[in-house]
Amino acid sequence: MDAIERGLLEKVADLHGVPEGAYNLRENGKSVARASSANIEIVSKTEEGKSGIDIFIKPGTKNESVHIPVILSQSGLHELVYNDFHIGEGADVLIIAGCGIHNCGVQDSEHSGVHTFYVGKNAKVRYVEKHYADGDGSGERIMNPTSEVYIEEGGSMEMETTQIKGVDSTRRVTRAKLAKGASLVVREKIYTHGKQTAATEFSVDLDGEGAAADVVSRSVAAENSHQEFTAVINGNAKCTGHSECDAIIMDNGTVTALPALTANCVDAELIHEAAIGKIAGEQLTKLMTLGLTEQQAEEQIIQGFLK
Amino acid sequence: MAAMLELQHVCFAAEDGQEKGARKEILHDVSLTVNDRFVALTGPNGGGKSTLAKVIAGIYRPTSGKILFNGEDITDLSVTDRAKKGISFAFQQPVRFKGITVRDLLSIAAGKKLTVSEACRYLAEVGLCAREYVEREVNASLSGGELKRVEIATILARGTELSVFDEPEAGIDLWSFNSLIGVFEELHRKINGSILIISHQERILNIADKIVVLADGRVSRVGGREILPELLSGARPSPCAVLTGEGRNG
Repeated sequence: MDAIERGLLEKVADLHGVPEGAYNLRENGKSVARASSANIEIVSKTEEGKSGIDIFIKPGTKNESVHIPVILSQSGLHELVYNDFHIGEGADVLIIAGCGIHNCGVQDSEHSGVHTFYVGKNAKVRYVEKHYADGDGSGERIMNPTSEVYIEEGGSMEMETTQIKGVDSTRRVTRAKLAKGASLVVREKIYTHGKQTAATEFSVDLDGEGAAADVVSRSVAAENSHQEFTAVINGNAKCTGHSECDAIIMDNGTVTALPALTANCVDAELIHEAAIGKIAGEQLTKLMTLGLTEQQAEEQIIQGFLK
Repeated sequence: MAAMLELQHVCFAAEDGQEKGARKEILHDVSLTVNDRFVALTGPNGGGKSTLAKVIAGIYRPTSGKILFNGEDITDLSVTDRAKKGISFAFQQPVRFKGITVRDLLSIAAGKKLTVSEACRYLAEVGLCAREYVEREVNASLSGGELKRVEIATILARGTELSVFDEPEAGIDLWSFNSLIGVFEELHRKINGSILIISHQERILNIADKIVVLADGRVSRVGGREILPELLSGARPSPCAVLTGEGRNG
């Protein structure tokens, strides 16, 4: 692994080397390092023409983590990867994914990942995903992640996804189905600049009694970038659902928020909130009275907003 | 020696909300020197006190007149430059920030990354149980009174030569009022600078070395604490006396 690849790995997974526990490191279209643990088994997909891995987490596995970073440093590479997570009943685990693209060539580099999560009864999953790209080539850096989430009775999943700079085009799709008493929390952070575009689509079916979803997106669209946020929540039982899009626009940045709620049950309680606007002038003024320049104040506000 | 802060014939006009394009003068020929420990700026609502504080902080530029700070003309300096020269300003209505914690804000004010215990010290001074607040966000989850104390703590963390407080007591319960006065005394003891406080509170006016009354955008009275009894008696609104049938002197 060279310095560029090590840098990407640090950005997307906070890793300085080989992680502890179970992991799979994918580099330029191939799995280059892997380890399973006593409770977490990682195996390659065997289906013809389907690249990716299956991750099996034994029931009752506690306080373990799985790292599955992906790195692309070769210009012009397009890949579609399927990763399936089978999380056993009562398990409590942390999954750290992330994708880093370094493209200094003229051809586009693209990573599309389809993650499917089968969260077992009463299992608890925290999923952290960071996307980052750099490189000064004219080729675009493209990431299109899709997540399919199935949460069984009493299970819960928390997804923290972050895309800070560098990704030219992204379309993130998250679909979830929640059974009785299941919960889903999503915290998404996106910063776009230049001519980048980012579209995120959430579609959550609250099928079981007591199911709960809380989808919150905080985003900043700077320069000439554009973002679109779509959140569909369907309340099919006595359940609670909340979606929120909180966006700061700067320069010529544009944002569209499209929340949609459907209550198919009289006991479904659904709320959506969306706010788009530039940084409040009084916030800048306050920080300037503390000695910051206008630009420093702006940076502080954005940094805090996306923290 | 030059006065720390000197306002010379300051006028300020803002756009008239009622009539488009028209400008309305809010401050008329205000001249004032601040060289004392505590200066209280008081007067009726709408008299221009907050506007004057913002003119001092650089948020509003005077339409005419000069502002000198330690003898230097700062009339054309930006908010940032005035802050760096040593002027602090506590907002009447503190600003909320999503994602910025109390410690972040205090660190920005102090100009260096504060440790938890350093940040806690400032919070303790304004009567906040520090550990509970230091990592909280300065957002809508803080009450008005809590926010106001955090605002005052940022001024303590800055520790500049001149501190301007716009109605610091507003929203702070009377129970902790004495400690607020203690905060100002402590701030002065540490910095040995000047504190300009916009206030209507008798107890704050009582500790002032100089009281400035601003009414209708003009300085109508300047004096020491000795003018306080007269101000307070004059402040009693006569229409009430008519309504209640009571005479002015009892």
